[in-house]
Amino acid sequence: MKKKYSIFSIAKNALKGHKDWPKMWRSPEPREFYDVIIIGGGGHGLGTAYYLAKEHGLKNIAVIEKGWLGGGNTGRNTTIIRSNYLWDDSAHLYEHSLKLWENLSTELNYNVMFSQRGVMNLAHNEHDIKEIKRRVSANNLNGIDSLWLSKEEIQKKVPIMNTDNLRYPVLGASYQPRGGTARHDAVAWGFAMRADEMGVDIIQNCEAHQIKTKNGKIEGVETSKGFIRANKVGVVASGHTGVLAETAGIRLPLQSKPLQALVSEPIKPIIDTVVMSSAVHAYVSQSDKGELVIGAGTDSYNSFTQRGGFNIIEETVRAMVELYPVFGKMKMLRQWGGIVDICPDASPIISKCDVEGLFFNCGWGTGGFKATPGSANVFAHTIAKNEAHQINSAFNLDRFASGKLVDEHGAAAVAH
Amino acid sequence: MLIIDCPYCGPRDQSEFSNGGEAHVKRPDGSADIGDREWGEYVFIRANPKGIFYERWVHSHGCRKWFNCVRDTSTDEILKIYKIDEERPKLDSFKNNVKTPSGEPNLGSGNFTVKK
Repeated sequence: MKKKYSIFSIAKNALKGHKDWPKMWRSPEPREFYDVIIIGGGGHGLGTAYYLAKEHGLKNIAVIEKGWLGGGNTGRNTTIIRSNYLWDDSAHLYEHSLKLWENLSTELNYNVMFSQRGVMNLAHNEHDIKEIKRRVSANNLNGIDSLWLSKEEIQKKVPIMNTDNLRYPVLGASYQPRGGTARHDAVAWGFAMRADEMGVDIIQNCEAHQIKTKNGKIEGVETSKGFIRANKVGVVASGHTGVLAETAGIRLPLQSKPLQALVSEPIKPIIDTVVMSSAVHAYVSQSDKGELVIGAGTDSYNSFTQRGGFNIIEETVRAMVELYPVFGKMKMLRQWGGIVDICPDASPIISKCDVEGLFFNCGWGTGGFKATPGSANVFAHTIAKNEAHQINSAFNLDRFASGKLVDEHGAAAVAH
Repeated sequence: MLIIDCPYCGPRDQSEFSNGGEAHVKRPDGSADIGDREWGEYVFIRANPKGIFYERWVHSHGCRKWFNCVRDTSTDEILKIYKIDEERPKLDSFKNNVKTPSGEPNLGSGNFTVKK
């Protein structure tokens, strides 16, 4: 039965003390065989299963997740959504995603709380100005809404920002009005619920141990719940993708590092847009609960501990207090790290590989959340058709042999 | 945050050091003759294990010397630090406690290194 949410269902369940809400998805035991197994129950993985079932008519699909849905980087990011990337290939990919975001709550009949409050990228020096203006022009040529804001316009939008009296003064910014934020859990839950309705088995607490191949063809996945055979396997395990690829004898150009974020105590509305600065390494937005959601940088060394070094937090907080002196006495509630897989060109890999039936969607590095529906959509196409969608054709594994990289270090929010 | 025992200066805060990625990467011989793919692997692909990792550090804000380090990336524990011209230490001298690819218990994705 299709679960619908409306003001009436909320009222009805409120009267019954919220005891009769149906389970959002089943918790089945794995079958022996699936047409497609997706490894990783985050937004990208669940979305891939959703689009495989919805757009490509596949029904015998499993999503296996070592922990709980959205407990990895889907629940650890700063939920910023934008598409103002420099190169055509990335711009098309992220814009495809942004367009899907704009309709996602309606499509899933589940409120992902997508809020187009605008995203600002600050310029702090002459080079930033040139680079950002170039990016604004490139965006406009690709039909993406992007404009240059002067210092005065920034001050009008964000009056609490200190633009002059700091080491790296604010000289201007790019602004994408259609950018914004969304509720991270809701994205995973919405995709999971609708995929489950179409018959996708979502199996939590089921860790992939080994990807098994035979004569260059996929056999299945050895998991903590036993061996599961499959015709096709899609790996969407963010920081751990490289570790899983290794079990199939494949080396990917990924390095896994902790990326940290922190939230403050909740306060009254004070900032109604997203402000990012890669030069001083701080970005901030305010959640609906009132917490400031602050993004920090990656650690310099490879690590799988979901913590990160305190020096990174110190640098970010320093930049925050300089940019927004009003936050100087604010208390921080929580800090955490997520393990991100970074590609040498700061662009993702959405690709098949030498093993027949094995696909990778990885390398999203520090900015995968914004791409969730778009990435899932084109990855589903790649798995179903055995070839890339036009939108992700540039994000193949061959680019590391041909040298045709998609260098997006400049558009990444966090310099890495 | 790590405390790194520089072989020349002694233990110092990690913020004094810069990480140099995987150690003992050898440039392939006869680079004129090898194919694009093999060359691409040398240029772009580095080991990324969850567990024991041989890596390079440089004491940027100190003696500015390079050295090598063996670290467990699942716990951030530094197992050995050795000079750049020393032999690569044998793997079997370290206990690898990573059982599964994620290095975590079968149930839940909690980070066991924090709980320990």
